[in-house]
Amino acid sequence: MRSSRLIRIPFWFTYVFLYLPILVVVIMSFNSSANLFVWKGFSLEWYPTVFANEAVMTGLRNTLIVAASVMVLATLLGTLMAVGIHRYTRGGLVRAFAIAPALLPDLLLAVGLLSLFSLLTVTLGLHSVIIAHVTFAMAFVTAIVLARLASLDPSLEEASRDLGAGAFRTFMRVTLPQLAPGMVAGGLLAFTLSLDEFVIAFFTTAPTTPTLPIAIYSMVRFGVTPEINALATMLLFVSVLAVIGAQRLTRVTDAL
Amino acid sequence: MATQSPTPGVVPRGARRGWAALPFLTPGTLVLALFVAVPLLLVTSYAFFERGRFGGVVYTFTLDNFVRLADPLYLNVIATSIGTALIVTVLAVALGYPTALVIVRLPPKWRTIALIAVLLPFWTNFLIRTYAWILLLNNAGWINQGLQAVGIIDEPLKMLYTQPAVIIGLLYMYLPLMVLPLYSSLSSQDAQLTEAATNLGSNPFRVFRTITLPLSVPGLLTGCVFVFVPAMSNFVIPELLGGGKTVLIGNLIRDQFLKARDWPFGAALALVLTILLIALIFAQQSASRRVIEGPRERKVKRDA
Amino acid sequence: MTTTSPTPLLDIRGVQHSYGEVVALRDVSLSIADREFFALLGPSGCGKTTLLRSIAGFETPRQGTILLDGQDLTALPAHRRPVNMMFQSYALFPHMSVEKNVAYGLEAEGVGKAEIRRRVGETLEIVGLAAFAQRRPAKLSGGQRQRVALARAIIKRPRVLLLDEPLSALDRKVRAEMQLELKRMQHEAGMTFVVVTHDQEEAMSMADRVAVLNRGGIEQLDTPVGLYSRPATRFVASFIGSANLLDGSATGGPAGGASSVDVPGVAVFPATHSFAERESVTLVARPEDVHIVAPDAAPLQGVVVDTFFLGGSSTVSVEVAGLAKPISCTVHAANVATRGERVGLRFDAARVVVVANPVEAPAPAAAA
Repeated sequence: MRSSRLIRIPFWFTYVFLYLPILVVVIMSFNSSANLFVWKGFSLEWYPTVFANEAVMTGLRNTLIVAASVMVLATLLGTLMAVGIHRYTRGGLVRAFAIAPALLPDLLLAVGLLSLFSLLTVTLGLHSVIIAHVTFAMAFVTAIVLARLASLDPSLEEASRDLGAGAFRTFMRVTLPQLAPGMVAGGLLAFTLSLDEFVIAFFTTAPTTPTLPIAIYSMVRFGVTPEINALATMLLFVSVLAVIGAQRLTRVTDAL
Repeated sequence: MATQSPTPGVVPRGARRGWAALPFLTPGTLVLALFVAVPLLLVTSYAFFERGRFGGVVYTFTLDNFVRLADPLYLNVIATSIGTALIVTVLAVALGYPTALVIVRLPPKWRTIALIAVLLPFWTNFLIRTYAWILLLNNAGWINQGLQAVGIIDEPLKMLYTQPAVIIGLLYMYLPLMVLPLYSSLSSQDAQLTEAATNLGSNPFRVFRTITLPLSVPGLLTGCVFVFVPAMSNFVIPELLGGGKTVLIGNLIRDQFLKARDWPFGAALALVLTILLIALIFAQQSASRRVIEGPRERKVKRDA
Repeated sequence: MTTTSPTPLLDIRGVQHSYGEVVALRDVSLSIADREFFALLGPSGCGKTTLLRSIAGFETPRQGTILLDGQDLTALPAHRRPVNMMFQSYALFPHMSVEKNVAYGLEAEGVGKAEIRRRVGETLEIVGLAAFAQRRPAKLSGGQRQRVALARAIIKRPRVLLLDEPLSALDRKVRAEMQLELKRMQHEAGMTFVVVTHDQEEAMSMADRVAVLNRGGIEQLDTPVGLYSRPATRFVASFIGSANLLDGSATGGPAGGASSVDVPGVAVFPATHSFAERESVTLVARPEDVHIVAPDAAPLQGVVVDTFFLGGSSTVSVEVAGLAKPISCTVHAANVATRGERVGLRFDAARVVVVANPVEAPAPAAAA
């Protein structure tokens, strides 16, 4: 474009700004020195130490339990909610109510849930983190499935009903298969959101059951070590794969 | 509590179908009511009670928590939070707007790649991303090394554990949230509008000022809210990059709930945060509407 | 190509353009006279919009020049060109009132406030929207929006007004109304209009001259009457109005004296043409040039398959052995023929037209 040479400066700055820190972390994860600021030489020595770190492995195990549970519950609840909203409501009120937790500042939800669990004298642990994560993950699933529903042809359901299939049969045989891509995308999103979530987990888990982000938080707070670089690089790699996978998936859904 | 079919204003399309809605809407509504609505109401109510001697809440009505807020110490924290979030938002606009504008004008293939590239950091663990800045901003860190190598400075600059470090960290965290709504707003603009403006004799700058920019205001405001809201309530970045010296309202709330165990005061702070955010969202909505509908229509509505 | 204008206002010379591999314009040259109502007509993808956008400056042709009053437009950026355009979707600025929309071009020019106010008022008066000055476009009907778009485009008194499918977004009734109004306005304002359309009726009823475009090239440039009665190519004959097209070969060319077209297996039709013997040609006969006569009084016979009553006239479809499509003929009396009746067909030899029918039709090497 003719006039855009000047605005390309902030454009490129944005990308340098976004990727410079990531680049430094990745490079330093292969550093043979324990000094984080001096490059000594290439080495993979920090990677095995991550898997030997008990706090990280406990955190990882806890996080996977939470994220998997959240994925299943949020997908189930969110899909039902979306279908209910799409079929039976007209105004945006229920919709806004169902999607609001996705936009709510995490800190507010966190102190609210802590207050509730304490009032009900619920012992904190992974179960309380799962409940907490389901609330906002479900909102994301609802939003994604609703978007999918909006793009579907309503006459298919009507045709099925017209051909004598009952409401349940129609839902199972006609609606659900068409929603599958939206549900998978929503489920994946719920999984990654839960995997990375820190603030709410920090408030709603017990000290004995830290999730991975909480484990990372304490590691970072008590000093930086090269193995964080290795852990970070691995997490980055997983995230990149997930994003590319999700992008492929949404392409597929677009094509459908 | 809201278990009834769920909200007023919802008209089932047929009386018979009203019952059919229940299996779909009930479970989710129950979860949201119990674990979102009730907790928020609970925290709000705590703001009006006294704290227990050993933490917890004593159910005696009081406004003391709000009186305490007037303490210059806390007013200062609130002001710092607003100020910091504001600076972060302004910087996010300054970087995000040109970026979104360039992305929109890229050829379709590059557009997708550029967008994913903006989003990608957002999908990586946020503690890791914050941690990366410790490596960069440290006295012996990479930025200081670079600047010293080039000879711009002799002594390392103190960057880590300062307010600018907090601002950089917050900006880094939430910049993608500015680019995305701006991109979607700019890309949905009818290309013929800028052509029409050009055709009527406007140079590229005037086209931007009179057409592109005003029409992107709703997206811009959405981006501002997306950045401002979490920037204000974040407590991890001020702690890790600010070294606890920059205390924002998020830190204060966290401390009241987890350290001082003064939940009522923490609740009062949370309420202040909530009110600020709600006010902000209302302002954004009405400002967007003014751009889309124009001042005249509002007058008509008021009469009606 | 025929160019009848003495002093061309807009002179397009050898313009070529392509989008990557796709050729949009192949060597287009045409001249448009001052105060002419000119139409670029063709099916979608024929290049008409590319040509219009090249004049406005939104496309830069690979080759060729576009001269306005002798000045080369291609050297000017789009915002400096003294041409204004009415967009197909109108492209009204949604965040501005009608008044602001119309004033936009004058403000860009730096015209004084009082002057702008006066001219906007005047222009809105012309298009009959003075009462809607404060409205936003979203609160207007389709026809009203179109008038705003028109007002906005004419307020700067451009040398040439470009109109991209100006009526396509309107419903039938409003369209007919606007058609008349555009014509009147062009006349009153004394402006040159170049309108792009795919609707032949629109082009034929409004324009002084029409350029028919196909596959990026000009098929024929003529007055509406000329296009209808003397189509130059098979494409023009089939695109403009309805026509019976009979493919055959030329017999008795200019050298042979009496000329005719031999449609194999059907008949030999007398017709004037200047094609060489055996050349592959198409006979073009408008429905009103085919007359129904007694079966034994004509060389061609067929069976009536349908009649369509159209008010003042009827169209009769006659199936003829050897022809894939029935022949349509227009008759002005009622009950000339009934379904199933065997009739004779006589072609008006003085009015039928013979055009070339190149065998390698799909391969467009039509650059000349």
